[in-house]
Amino acid sequence: MLDDFMTRAMLAGVGVAFAAAPLGCFVVWRRMAYFGDATAHAAILGVALSLALQMSVFAGAMAVALIMALTVNQLAGRGYAMDTLLGVLAHSALAFGLVAVSFLSGVRIDLMAYLFGDILAVSRVDLLVIWGGAALVVALILWRWSALLTSTLNEELAYASGLNPKREQLILTIALAITVAVAIKVVGVLLIAALLIIPAAAARSLARTPEAMAGIAAVIGAISAVAGLQGAYVFDTPAGPSIVCVAAILFALMNMIGWHGRRLMQRG
Amino acid sequence: MSLINVKNLSVGYGANTVLRNVALHLDAGEIVTIVGPNGSGKTSLLRAIIGATEPKSGEITLQPGLKIGYVPQRLHIDPTLPITVERFMRLSDGVTKAACRIALDAAGVPDLLKRQMSQLSGGQFQRVMLARALINQPDVLLLDEATQGLDQAGSAAFYRQIEAVRHDTGCAVLMISHELHVVMSASDRVVCLNGHVCCEGAPAVVASAPEYRALFGTGTGGALALYRHEHDHSHNHEAAE
Repeated sequence: MLDDFMTRAMLAGVGVAFAAAPLGCFVVWRRMAYFGDATAHAAILGVALSLALQMSVFAGAMAVALIMALTVNQLAGRGYAMDTLLGVLAHSALAFGLVAVSFLSGVRIDLMAYLFGDILAVSRVDLLVIWGGAALVVALILWRWSALLTSTLNEELAYASGLNPKREQLILTIALAITVAVAIKVVGVLLIAALLIIPAAAARSLARTPEAMAGIAAVIGAISAVAGLQGAYVFDTPAGPSIVCVAAILFALMNMIGWHGRRLMQRG
Repeated sequence: MSLINVKNLSVGYGANTVLRNVALHLDAGEIVTIVGPNGSGKTSLLRAIIGATEPKSGEITLQPGLKIGYVPQRLHIDPTLPITVERFMRLSDGVTKAACRIALDAAGVPDLLKRQMSQLSGGQFQRVMLARALINQPDVLLLDEATQGLDQAGSAAFYRQIEAVRHDTGCAVLMISHELHVVMSASDRVVCLNGHVCCEGAPAVVASAPEYRALFGTGTGGALALYRHEHDHSHNHEAAE
């Protein structure tokens, strides 16, 4: 069954969707959307470095994404507003990454594959890395769920409950770096943030609890991956962007359903 | 020993010193109120006690195993985060639904379990916060301007609730408030803070202290007197007739 590239692609997409769903909820709740972007953009620099050093692209991307995320974590609240800081770091990292790639003579790399993903070229090893990474992210978030939620609601509340919100933030940061690294192959650097945010945002209007929102986001993400790939196959469109398009359409639908639901409740 | 003991505490951010050599203690069953103008370091003191701010010097000793119930200044829940009152109450592990019901009943807001936190009124929200803080039977209740956004009647009712909690559970209370006239009469001790402890003692003592009057003027002394006056006679005029 894994011989079929389409099956492998779908499994890869669903794997990333599962990791991105709970993490994406925190990204939305904590208003970290640009944080996801910055981490992802930095990953292209990691790709360039790992090609130059002939190491695994996954490891390189993850290392740089992690360094980037930790840097932002450290610099936050020191003079510049967060969005300015992220704007500087994200785009510089992307630019340096693109320039670094151009120095790599001899190696012919398809930059587009990293910017937009190449989900149809997912190998069995890639699949293993993606599901391994996704499992790690989901396990990490499940393990810290209550603590993460409390820290997200209110920092002081977390401290008073004996938690350390800074450590919880670090866990999210690490989970984000892992997700970015495994998702590069699937949707590419430019669209990773979309896979984090859109399913979570789409789930918002239907959910009444944080857990429900994460669960619904996972379902929406998985549907987007499968339907997006089907669509890409039928209409001969690029796979990564097609997945994001389906997610966006679902976002619009869910909001309409949620809106009508609320109106009915108000009347009833 | 005291539940909370703060000695020689100095807190600062960068070159700024917010608190200098603050000493404070809270004993079992006490209600202590910290008053002080804006920027006097009230919130920094509370943050240092819960471990959110690293002190520059001095020490803070909490009784080993001390359970703290905390009601923050204002809790903004991002509209993208759906959460029911029940889920919010059960954030810490081991809280049962039955315990939530009892806590909400006791806080005077029954039947809210299934409501979204975002749909609560200001008064309901603060009572839910209080119920949550009390659900694990804390030894100390910390309140940081817990009545911000409530009207006069609402905050008076809230503080009556706090007194009732202390009466029923024996839980000590350390609170910050700017509503001097409401809070001070309910307190055993008042600490007047302005970067350092200006004066402290029983409410009446602090209200007449020159340091306190210098900070808040004499008007609040009058308010305190007025409030006490209200308690001097009964309002049950019908009954009297």
